[in-house]
Amino acid sequence: MTTRFIGKPLKRKEDPRLIQGISHYVDDLQLAGMHYAAFLRTPYAHAKIRSIDLSKARHAPGVVLALSGADVDGAVQAVPCAAQIPDMKAAARPVLARDRVLFVGEAVAVVVANDRYAARDALDLIEVDYEPLTPIVNPEKAIAKGAVPIHPGHKDNVAFKWELEGGDLKAAFKSADKVIKQRIVNQRLIPVPIEPRGVLADYQPGEGQLTVWSSTQIPHLLRTQIAAMLNFPETLVHVVTPEVGGGFGTKLNVYPEEAMVAYLAIQLGKPVKWIESRRENFQATIHGRDQIDDIEVAIKRDGTILGLRCNVIADLGAYYQLLTPLIPTLTGLMMTGCYKIPAARMEITGVFTNKMSTDAYRGAGRPEATYLIERVLDLVAAELKKDPIEVRRKNFPQPEDFPYATPTGLIYDSGDYQKALDLAVKVADYKKLRQEQAKLRKEGRYTGIGISTYVEICGMGPSSAMPAGGWESATVRVEPTGRVSVMTGSSPHGQGQETTFAQMGADILGIDPSQVQVIHGDTSIVPYGIGTFGSRATAVGGTAVYKSLQKVKEKMACIAAHIVESDPERMVFADGKISAKESAKKSIAFGQAVSAAYVAKTLPAEMEPGLEATTFFEPSNFTYPFGTHICVVEIDAETGDVKLVRYVAVDDCGNVINPLLVEGQVQGGIVQSVGQALLEEAVYDEQGQLITGELMDYALPRATDMCWIETERTVTPTPVNPMGVKGVGEAGTIGATPALAGAVADALAPFGIHHVDMPFKREKIWRLMHKDSRRAQ
Amino acid sequence: MSVEIQLRVNGKPQQGTVEPRLLLVHYLRDVLGLTGTHIGCETSICGACTVLLDGKAVKSCTLLAVQASGAEITTIEGLAPNSQKHAGNGAGNGIGNGTGTGNGTLHAVQEGFWEKHGLQCGYCTPGMILTAVDLLQRNKNPKEAEIRSALSGNLCRCTGYQHIIEAVQYAAKKMSARKR
Repeated sequence: MTTRFIGKPLKRKEDPRLIQGISHYVDDLQLAGMHYAAFLRTPYAHAKIRSIDLSKARHAPGVVLALSGADVDGAVQAVPCAAQIPDMKAAARPVLARDRVLFVGEAVAVVVANDRYAARDALDLIEVDYEPLTPIVNPEKAIAKGAVPIHPGHKDNVAFKWELEGGDLKAAFKSADKVIKQRIVNQRLIPVPIEPRGVLADYQPGEGQLTVWSSTQIPHLLRTQIAAMLNFPETLVHVVTPEVGGGFGTKLNVYPEEAMVAYLAIQLGKPVKWIESRRENFQATIHGRDQIDDIEVAIKRDGTILGLRCNVIADLGAYYQLLTPLIPTLTGLMMTGCYKIPAARMEITGVFTNKMSTDAYRGAGRPEATYLIERVLDLVAAELKKDPIEVRRKNFPQPEDFPYATPTGLIYDSGDYQKALDLAVKVADYKKLRQEQAKLRKEGRYTGIGISTYVEICGMGPSSAMPAGGWESATVRVEPTGRVSVMTGSSPHGQGQETTFAQMGADILGIDPSQVQVIHGDTSIVPYGIGTFGSRATAVGGTAVYKSLQKVKEKMACIAAHIVESDPERMVFADGKISAKESAKKSIAFGQAVSAAYVAKTLPAEMEPGLEATTFFEPSNFTYPFGTHICVVEIDAETGDVKLVRYVAVDDCGNVINPLLVEGQVQGGIVQSVGQALLEEAVYDEQGQLITGELMDYALPRATDMCWIETERTVTPTPVNPMGVKGVGEAGTIGATPALAGAVADALAPFGIHHVDMPFKREKIWRLMHKDSRRAQ
Repeated sequence: MSVEIQLRVNGKPQQGTVEPRLLLVHYLRDVLGLTGTHIGCETSICGACTVLLDGKAVKSCTLLAVQASGAEITTIEGLAPNSQKHAGNGAGNGIGNGTGTGNGTLHAVQEGFWEKHGLQCGYCTPGMILTAVDLLQRNKNPKEAEIRSALSGNLCRCTGYQHIIEAVQYAAKKMSARKR
């Protein structure tokens, strides 16, 4: 195969429709007779519902239906949870609250009207009599002795206990020269895709067909779950995912509104649309992170890390969403990062609180792991007064150690951590950075240099290690005109599969990418698939495409060889032709082989007509991308403002289909990390009110918050799939926060500070810098 | 109660009666069917709803349709009126096939976003593009810091902004070259 397109920075096929504003997200779809749903949500974090009076709302102008939890009890099942942890307690999120509400924003009633304004107006006419209960917001208080369980029937607020241990931890701590302890908090975040969620449903009673358009990352799984939640035949549910305006894990889920809007459309026999407001998105779409990690690390004086112990309190919120309990366990698997740490133990307590559920937000449990292990490395360096880079080098596995088995039970596929670190050190000119820092410190300026050497677990994943199937599907069909349809189960939301998979199709079949159309997000057209998340689209979905392309190619080679009288193994696909190696004369046009497959008069004996192949690719292992990020911050001692001065990212995601798109993923991820490090924090007050409940109160990074990001790559292919691709979607959010935190801690070292919890807001930093001077006053 | 409004949208005169509380963005999207203008926050923070009102970038989610009466509005659909509107089919002069060298019908800013991978999910993109157009009308050759500042009222959660800045720089260069 000659690679004319794979590895090249092709412009995206998706873009022309998007830059002209002529593509369609859910809210852009209009159906005749369409009605609008609006949900009433509780203002209380914890309350009993004494009664709900819908009578005024039902008579409001334009209103055709108003329902409360009692009306759908038994008809629409609760939100499913795919994750299973032994002995975990039940906590299914009802589609509409019945007797009690457990977090601010939980839906208690729904109204359908002929106009979106009328539906919202009618919400004001619903009378709910609540009996407020004491909310539990702090997860440590939730599991303290005597705390009242938020779920009636539970004996306490512990959702589950999970533990993982590998290696001889006792021996590690016994032989340690030093033990360092630290509490590290990974704050709760609100993911905020710029397109909120949205659902449109239409029911055709004659055919019995239910069509649901949803802004989701998982159309097929959603289809199955809608069928299950409504007890509706899955064969008659058709889910369509139009353009999706960002997901970041929030749309890797099943939500009450998806089942409810479908239910309403069936009840009314009319199309019903619901579009989430930004406030609803903050309150009732999944949150991310929210862990308290108490770590203990056993070290040798030379910087060797012998063992790591970590106690985690994971704040799950009130209910389980699709993967809620699973997320913190990923932190456990990755807790030793890219270091040879012979013994490790993590104990996780999953805790219920009166808040929105946490679940998979870009990185999902792995940013927490990288954050804690990278903070550990920095703390070790500070304790031993060594350079943080030296401590990292000391503990790296070497390239010949791969496949590398961790004490947490994983097998890292391939890696060369030293190489990525060396390149980052060179690009950043680390030595010079340290010299400059020393110079500026003498001038009373506080700059800090942060380093993160990360590894992530991607390409999710082997089904044996996934809650509900980790494979992916792809069908390749060469149409009679010679155009190629690629149907992928990895339904994208901005990742660019229409381009990358077309690049693969073009190279493998020797045609132009313009001839390859990638089709996704329609359960009636695309074979059952899983979706786009966990940096899996290329490594798993792409491999399914690759294999289907190969199958079609093999068949075409047989057809072409039969026509030109040569061997299938000798056929070369290039420039729209299929030719035998031995003679330029033995060549046919690509289209001629296609025609032969469909006209079916000149096919080899026993060959089936048609040109289509489907693959369900099951990966044998995860993939483990890695890299080094180095950044420089300067802190203004007058204001506590943390300014990003320099950012160097060296990422290794294995082989690359389209470097332009890889670059986009890396940059975007880094900026989300900057958000977590500097700005973002979901804050609930003691009453369980989400006081960062809008973009007015929850700061996202803006263009002005960023410096120029300098990116480089090393390439260490994975042996796990034939293209050697690892995945890159989460590298930025996994690799960058520790570098930023390290830089801030480094800048504050003159103040005797070695760890600060994120976010590094001005007030917090200023207070730390002025603690002593105030005491002196 | 209804109020009569008259305005021009993408060069076409429009008139009709609307509820006084109708947001401009809903008028554009639901009444005129111009769904390229998106709604991201309803509080004028995110900028997904940005349109040009009498040539200036404004956030249409916090303007009433009645406030736009008498104005000239440009939405993303009107930015390059002669561009081919059959994107993604792989046919023609480079639109949609991902391999073309661009074409003469897109606005230079749109072209910049395509060339420099200035978008991923595309939801913030129309607002970003119109904000950039507004900037380049005022400042033909903006510095990086000036671009960042001009874009600071538009949130993008996918790209990390850097490719957007490169897209604006591309457009600035292209537009000044055309003028010469």
